[in-house]
Amino acid sequence: MTVLLSVLRRPAGAFGLIWIGLLAVAAIVSTFWTPFDPLRTDPGKAWLLPFTDGHVLGTDRIGHDQFSQLLVGARETMVVAVCAALVAAVVGLLLGLLAALGPGWVSGPAVGLIDVLIAFPTLLLAMVLAAVYGSSLGTVVVAIGTGFGVAVARVARAEIASVRGSDYVLAARVGGAGTARIIRRHVLPNIAPTLIVQLSLVMALAVLVEAALTYLGYGSSPSSPSWGGMLHEQQAHIAARPLLVIWPGLAVALTVLAFNLLGDALREATDPRLAR
Amino acid sequence: MRRVALFAAALLTASVLVFALLRLLPGDVAATIAGIDATPARLAAIRAELGLDRPLVQQYWAWLTGALGGDLGTSQLNGASVSAELGRKLTVTAPLVLGAAVLAVLIAVPFGVWAAVGNRTALGTGISAVSQVGIAVPALWLGLVLALVFSVQLRWLPAQGFPPVGWDDPVGAVRSLVLPCVALGLTEGAVLLRFVRSAVLGVLHSDFLRTARAKGLTRGQALRAHGLRNAALPVVSVLGVQLATLIVGAVVVERVFTLPGVGSMLVADVGNRDLVKVQGEVFLVVAAVLLISLLVDVAHRLIDPRLRATRSGAVR
Repeated sequence: MTVLLSVLRRPAGAFGLIWIGLLAVAAIVSTFWTPFDPLRTDPGKAWLLPFTDGHVLGTDRIGHDQFSQLLVGARETMVVAVCAALVAAVVGLLLGLLAALGPGWVSGPAVGLIDVLIAFPTLLLAMVLAAVYGSSLGTVVVAIGTGFGVAVARVARAEIASVRGSDYVLAARVGGAGTARIIRRHVLPNIAPTLIVQLSLVMALAVLVEAALTYLGYGSSPSSPSWGGMLHEQQAHIAARPLLVIWPGLAVALTVLAFNLLGDALREATDPRLAR
Repeated sequence: MRRVALFAAALLTASVLVFALLRLLPGDVAATIAGIDATPARLAAIRAELGLDRPLVQQYWAWLTGALGGDLGTSQLNGASVSAELGRKLTVTAPLVLGAAVLAVLIAVPFGVWAAVGNRTALGTGISAVSQVGIAVPALWLGLVLALVFSVQLRWLPAQGFPPVGWDDPVGAVRSLVLPCVALGLTEGAVLLRFVRSAVLGVLHSDFLRTARAKGLTRGQALRAHGLRNAALPVVSVLGVQLATLIVGAVVVERVFTLPGVGSMLVADVGNRDLVKVQGEVFLVVAAVLLISLLVDVAHRLIDPRLRATRSGAVR
């Protein structure tokens, strides 16, 4: 609670938290209701300018309401960001724990695996998985989560290693605590702040990668609106209707900015060394 | 020497992973290629042609020895040599990535130093804020906006395509690469700028810089003589990581500007499920990333004499 308040006190952190809150609301609301059916085509209402006939952001070549599409796109973006962060947390923690606390024959290969996997660009991983399994929301989530999870693992490993060397862990071990208990009682609570900051940065990157993937056509499905898909769709008509390219790009940029600023604010709020 | 051995080990592991990712998981590559309504005879023919009827280890060995010799196999769709096509596509992608990297450094270093020196002044805060926005803007969208302004409105530069004759039309080739380079370079430069700023900030608060100031050097002199070289270490690391991101960023930006580079090739091959080509392309990218991180380590040693004096890996 105090962390949340301290994030809200910083203008940048407040912006991040509020924008992400709005997106979460939009994502939930769009499941039940959007101003117009985002997939309904209506040639009679093509190329409407913003604020005509109730179309807040106007319509495209075949009469798709842009605002409704943005709302549904927000849902896909949020689902991917949250799920990818969860996958990244699991991958990062498991690999990090193995690499830092495992016996020699486990930790060595785990460190090596982290080093090699980091060389696999996330976007590339997602494209390969899409080539093999076909593109779906699940593929995108797994690819982004694993790709960035490895980066989280590297940070987690360093943090866990420093906790392991601390006096209080030594004291706990002398007191007879087993590895599982030490992980639960000492390691996890101590690395949680770092992990949360990392995950908010993972979410920012996930939004960028998701936009690129849906732009390239590897999203959940061609029929479901996504921000990247909208950019792809409107690119052909950029000369006639430049505004239609602006909205989805702006949505991506603001969301990435919000997650990054939230991450910075969380770091400042939880790291006493950065407190002024 | 130890670092080179590590590089070779990593490369080998990466090759196993790429191979496994594309061969072990999907079940039957032949079925993927032939499609769902393929006859058993057709499947068997494809398996024999690709060597899929041989044991996996043998397949892997054949592919690996070929790849190390520069032969990444042939396309499953048209039988063309993957290596030859990659070489042709690299004449577009390599200048794009390098141009973007140079632009990113040209932006990040001066503005990053400036932002650090002017920390907590209006100017420093301003530069930091702009760079935060730059990080958040997707390169593909920046590309679209640049095309909108400089191609559609001003008609200065082409919005799409590459001269069909390639670099035989040098002016045309450069003109079609300008906007993609700027789109990639600006977004990556913004990321790099943050690291330059924090590295220089760290140096500004260091004891050796205070000593240099105490000797009577001005802040600028001290920074030039002692500071920048020390600040360069973390920046070079990040630049290595950035080159990797640039390669991937090129995939997307090439699509935006319909440039016939490695990225467009990869996207098309993934769409066609041409797994032999995808395997070769992915391995090439991963190998490039690993090579870059090797070069970063070498660069560290050149910049920092302390690393040369100690045994490799002993000092970080």
